[in-house]
Amino acid sequence: MVPVDYYIALSAILFVIGSLGVLSRRNPLIIFMSIELMLNAANLAFVAFARMYDSFSGQIFVFFVIAVAAAEVAVGLALIVEIFKTRKNINVDEMNSLKG
Amino acid sequence: MTQPQFTDFYTILPYLILTVWACLLLLVDLFIPKNRKSITALLSAVGLTGALGYSITQIGLSSAGFNRMVSLDGFSTFANILLLMSGLFGVALAYGYTKRMGIERGEFYILLLFSVSGMMLMAQASDLIVVFLALELLSIPLYVLSAIARKLDSEESGLKYFLLGAFASGFVVYGTALIFGATGSTNLADIFAKAASGETSNLLLTIGAALLLVGFGFKVAAVPFHMWTPDVYQGAPTAVTAFMAAGAKIAGFAALFRVFSTAFPALAADFTDILWALSALTMIVGNLIAISQTNIKRMLAYSAIAHAGYILMAFVPYGNADVAPVAIAAGLFYLAAYAVTNFGSWGVVIALEQAEGRGLEIADYAGLAKKHPALAAAMTVFMLSLIGFPPTIGLVGKFYLFRSAIAGGFTGLALIGVVTSLISAFYYLRVVVNMYMKEGDPVVEREPLLGFTTAVMAIVTVALSFVPQFLFLLAGTAVLR
Repeated sequence: MVPVDYYIALSAILFVIGSLGVLSRRNPLIIFMSIELMLNAANLAFVAFARMYDSFSGQIFVFFVIAVAAAEVAVGLALIVEIFKTRKNINVDEMNSLKG
Repeated sequence: MTQPQFTDFYTILPYLILTVWACLLLLVDLFIPKNRKSITALLSAVGLTGALGYSITQIGLSSAGFNRMVSLDGFSTFANILLLMSGLFGVALAYGYTKRMGIERGEFYILLLFSVSGMMLMAQASDLIVVFLALELLSIPLYVLSAIARKLDSEESGLKYFLLGAFASGFVVYGTALIFGATGSTNLADIFAKAASGETSNLLLTIGAALLLVGFGFKVAAVPFHMWTPDVYQGAPTAVTAFMAAGAKIAGFAALFRVFSTAFPALAADFTDILWALSALTMIVGNLIAISQTNIKRMLAYSAIAHAGYILMAFVPYGNADVAPVAIAAGLFYLAAYAVTNFGSWGVVIALEQAEGRGLEIADYAGLAKKHPALAAAMTVFMLSLIGFPPTIGLVGKFYLFRSAIAGGFTGLALIGVVTSLISAFYYLRVVVNMYMKEGDPVVEREPLLGFTTAVMAIVTVALSFVPQFLFLLAGTAVLR
């Protein structure tokens, strides 16, 4: 059996990749994918810990996270589509109409 | 594990009333013609009032429900009442504003109701699963509300809020995962018991709590997690900004207070320093950047950041069992004071705002005192309250915050608070100087409901400073544990 530590190490790596992606990428779709990677890193950690403790609550949390992520996708993609309709471009570096 | 009992539902009844009402309203709204959407506004106000009425009857009650996943106590009832009132004021400010700006849609008010329900759940959550769900329930409607004007500014603010909000919730989820890994539970009381027993991995627990703090820091706009605030506050429709500035801050702090003082008192040795630095940075950066702002919405956004710092200051000594109850009471008192002042000042901003974002520069306030003395006087009261100048509730609130920080032995931090308050007088008073001492011809919208709300806020801001004991006693019953 693979020890729990390995899963946690993998999930930590995924989480770091995801957060670096959010900070460095400029396309909102890719940023959003990076955020999903962070959420899934947490899901992996939850499932691994749930197995370690032989407890269900960690697995149930994963279902909640998946459901909430789906709701976020719906809102996020709608926003991106709306912005694309208004300005034909979704690069976040060019979203600078608000500043001061 | 036990099955949910009927009594469990009583613990979250105000929340249930609001959620069910909002779901029904989604259906009812279909049958309300497009030009009569003020009916939806009225109906949502009815729902909020109903939930508020029930919340008031819950004062003094305390119990836990659903296997201790939610709790009903003085703390949650105080926060619920505050949040429901914020919802009502949000509807009142939006009523005329949305009509005037051509963004009056039924879903505006329904989303606001859902957001309030998420905030209430956040104040009652005593399990990290519920904290996460409530966080999303309050945030997702706010993302949509920010973008609801469908103009470039509004959409841009919605997307920025969404991306950074989702980023922050990633931290909350991962933090929860690590805490679950360290303790085998997501229940706040169980986490505390496990951490106190000393058989947990302290490293995992500390990292998990730190990640949670990052997530909450985003929600309450503490430096260095504040970058979204000015853009979102400026781009979102002003009525939404007013609601979000008060509601999201109350909910974020409610969760922060409850999670940290229930689950992590044992980690106070590590977190006191971090909270100290966060609070000092937030006060300094928020107030300094606010000085250079020319747009009133951005200025108030930086002021909102600075005030998050003041509230955090009271919470720094949370691990000290003698000071913690006072700190939480002071924080709640200031949140109430801030909400009142906040709705008033945004009400004035709405009164002066014109289509296409005109009327939002501080220079546009020139000559307001001559043309509309009452409005200028109200704005002066709000600015004084934000500085913390007598005779306003802002002064009383700040006094309690400073007292809590000093009682915890953080005199240096309190000193930073006093100095930054003095600095803040510079930019708040600039608005007053513009209104009273400069010539100008501001255009002001006359809306009865808006004028009434602003007037009530101004009166409450002054009146509560003479009888603060009542509110402070109520906040004092809101002790956790």
